[in-house]
Amino acid sequence: MLNSLRPAFVIVVLLTALTGFAYPLAMTGAAQVLFPAQANGSLIEKNGTVVGSALIGQAFTSDRYFHGRPSATTGADPADASKTVPQPYNAANSMGSNLGPTNPALMDRVKADMAALKAENPGAAVPTDLVTTSASGLDPDISPEAALFQVPRIAKARGLDEDVLRRLVAHETSERTFGLLGEPRVNVVAINLALDRFAGAK
Amino acid sequence: MTPNGWIQIALFCAIILALTPLLGGYMTRVFAGERTFLSPVLRPIEGAIFALGGVDPKREQTWLGYTLAMLLFHVAGFLILYAVLRLQDLLPLNPQEMAAVPPDLSLNTAISFITNTNWQNYGGESTLSYLAQMLGLTHQNFLSAATGIALALALIRGFSRASAQTVGNFWVDVTRCTLYVLLPLCIPYTLFLVWQGIPQTLGPYVDATTLEGAKQTIAVGPVASQVAIKMLGTNGGGFFNANAAHPFENPTALSNFVQMNSIFALGAGLTNVFGRMVGDERKGWAILAAMGVIFVAGVAVTYWAEAAGTPGLNALGLTGGNMEGKELRFGIVASALFAVITTAASCGAVNAMHDSFTALGGMIPLINMELGEIIVGGVGAGMYGMLLFVVVAMFVAGLMVGRTPEYAGKKIEAKEVKMAMLAILVLPLMMLGWTAVATVLPGTVAAISNPGPHGFSEILYAFTSATANNGSAFAGLSGNTPFYNVTLAVSMFIGRFMMIVPAMALAGSLAAKKTVPASAGTFPTHGGLFVGLLVGVILIVGGLTFFPALALGPIVEHLAAVAGQTFGG
Repeated sequence: MLNSLRPAFVIVVLLTALTGFAYPLAMTGAAQVLFPAQANGSLIEKNGTVVGSALIGQAFTSDRYFHGRPSATTGADPADASKTVPQPYNAANSMGSNLGPTNPALMDRVKADMAALKAENPGAAVPTDLVTTSASGLDPDISPEAALFQVPRIAKARGLDEDVLRRLVAHETSERTFGLLGEPRVNVVAINLALDRFAGAK
Repeated sequence: MTPNGWIQIALFCAIILALTPLLGGYMTRVFAGERTFLSPVLRPIEGAIFALGGVDPKREQTWLGYTLAMLLFHVAGFLILYAVLRLQDLLPLNPQEMAAVPPDLSLNTAISFITNTNWQNYGGESTLSYLAQMLGLTHQNFLSAATGIALALALIRGFSRASAQTVGNFWVDVTRCTLYVLLPLCIPYTLFLVWQGIPQTLGPYVDATTLEGAKQTIAVGPVASQVAIKMLGTNGGGFFNANAAHPFENPTALSNFVQMNSIFALGAGLTNVFGRMVGDERKGWAILAAMGVIFVAGVAVTYWAEAAGTPGLNALGLTGGNMEGKELRFGIVASALFAVITTAASCGAVNAMHDSFTALGGMIPLINMELGEIIVGGVGAGMYGMLLFVVVAMFVAGLMVGRTPEYAGKKIEAKEVKMAMLAILVLPLMMLGWTAVATVLPGTVAAISNPGPHGFSEILYAFTSATANNGSAFAGLSGNTPFYNVTLAVSMFIGRFMMIVPAMALAGSLAAKKTVPASAGTFPTHGGLFVGLLVGVILIVGGLTFFPALALGPIVEHLAAVAGQTFGG
């Protein structure tokens, strides 16, 4: 037993230094040199200020923008820091709704969201991803169907032609990786930036 | 379900099958102490570590010495991790000025990481400093994985050696596993993950002004280096609260696919190591085949259930499956597949919220863990867990034909069967015992977030995941309370070590036995009959033990959901 104490102590300390310190620091150095943009969070800058990350969704509420999926993240209440309140797309506190399939709270929430969306675009079926929360609460993407669903509202708010917006959605749609992995998707921050550029150029 | 979905599943299986002999061959050479292409670089480092630690790499240990060394290693690792968590507010690399982690949460997290569970009662980006993530969690991700592999090796040596007193040297196995297997794989893997978009920085969280002018604080950190070992070592503890669902832990469909493969890679490779070390690779493939049968069946059920969607939401007119708690870039198939993989192995990383899965879709992860995570399993842990079931299966086969059971040339006798059953029985004792306690004690039921049978499933899932050292959760359960922090820590501890100690005793007793040459009467253990027998024993033992609990949770929830019933608070 006693002759195991020395290796127990020494080897734990050495391996800890190697895997808990040298390895992450060396990787940080290598990543900062090889892929600096990704290593710092794929940040998007506009006129010198950071407007977000290409990988993290944002809470869009204006009629002039494409909206992302519902988000279940929470944050500290600005009025009372001891309480938590819903704070969609809080990128410092990722979480899902964790509502189970037989919880009536889930059905009530979806019903209310569907009613609001139907009022906005009465003719079309509501895309599933627009009324279900993502696992992280930070999902940057929506389905192409969900983007097309929002076209009439944005066209009206911005005074743009719907066909132009549909072409924009097609342009911003990423297909499956290698035609196989994942799902077709539209990055909401990217398409809204394109929308702003488009409006600015006009 | 779509053809594209099945192609993704088939491609995953094909890659694992291709990697198995490659990693198996490499690991066999490493643990035999043979030269590999990395030896010129790593031999001097390895030599220095052994010299400083006073370890003679040629001197082997008995099963008891090996087990004691492993326990001391854990004690030291626990102390470091607990200290880092408690003192993180005083230590450097804490740009967000996180406070010290409270004692009960530190205990839970420290036990959780040394046992390779990585249960997340901590919030990741909202609780831990960068130093705690690196020095605390990343290093235990390596060491608990290396320990699992070392223990599997000791048990494999029990089968492969004849009339031997020793089963290897723990310090040598752990050091070589870290240096030759885990680190060299993690370095390119980390860089791949950064390339895909995972942050790797020591800088503080970023304040962004969104397009609509709101303030958004974006948590970053040294994420990629931790995610690499979290997957490869089947640890599963996330840098972020949302784990592999967070776009910074799993940014693309490709990163997701590679992460899924890396969960299974080493565990599957160990079946090949076993085959090579006992001198018949077909025995390794037979074990992998038994794992594969149960795995594919589980994938089919979960994929079908999630693609069909929940009756409640379908009734509102939603189509396209159950997307609540799933990320769009992964969709139904990659979320369902990930859930089955992460619970078949003892990874516990999640790329979708299991709590929001359909009743039957969420039942498969539960079953995977209840069977003891022997479907590939945790690195090492899955292999020794599976070998325990092999012992029981051979015992049953021996009873049927009235012959002393043998496996890999070793007679399976009373002591071996007792040890195997002891380890296997600990699982239901902890999983079902604590679930029963938690459902009757006043106050503890308040932790559930979904009333009705789903709430029972949340509690059952928590103790199942902790005992099986998985770490995934039905995360609606508010487990960060003193009751759950302590009882879950006990489950993790017992679930890990009460499996390890009998498995090591088995290793010692097998190593001491003579090898019996195969004869015409020996039951062949590399064919379809053996695979069928093994799968049957696993399902009967697991199924009979856990069916009543499953009936109270996911099964009754499924039937109620189909009948249109909901359960309000």
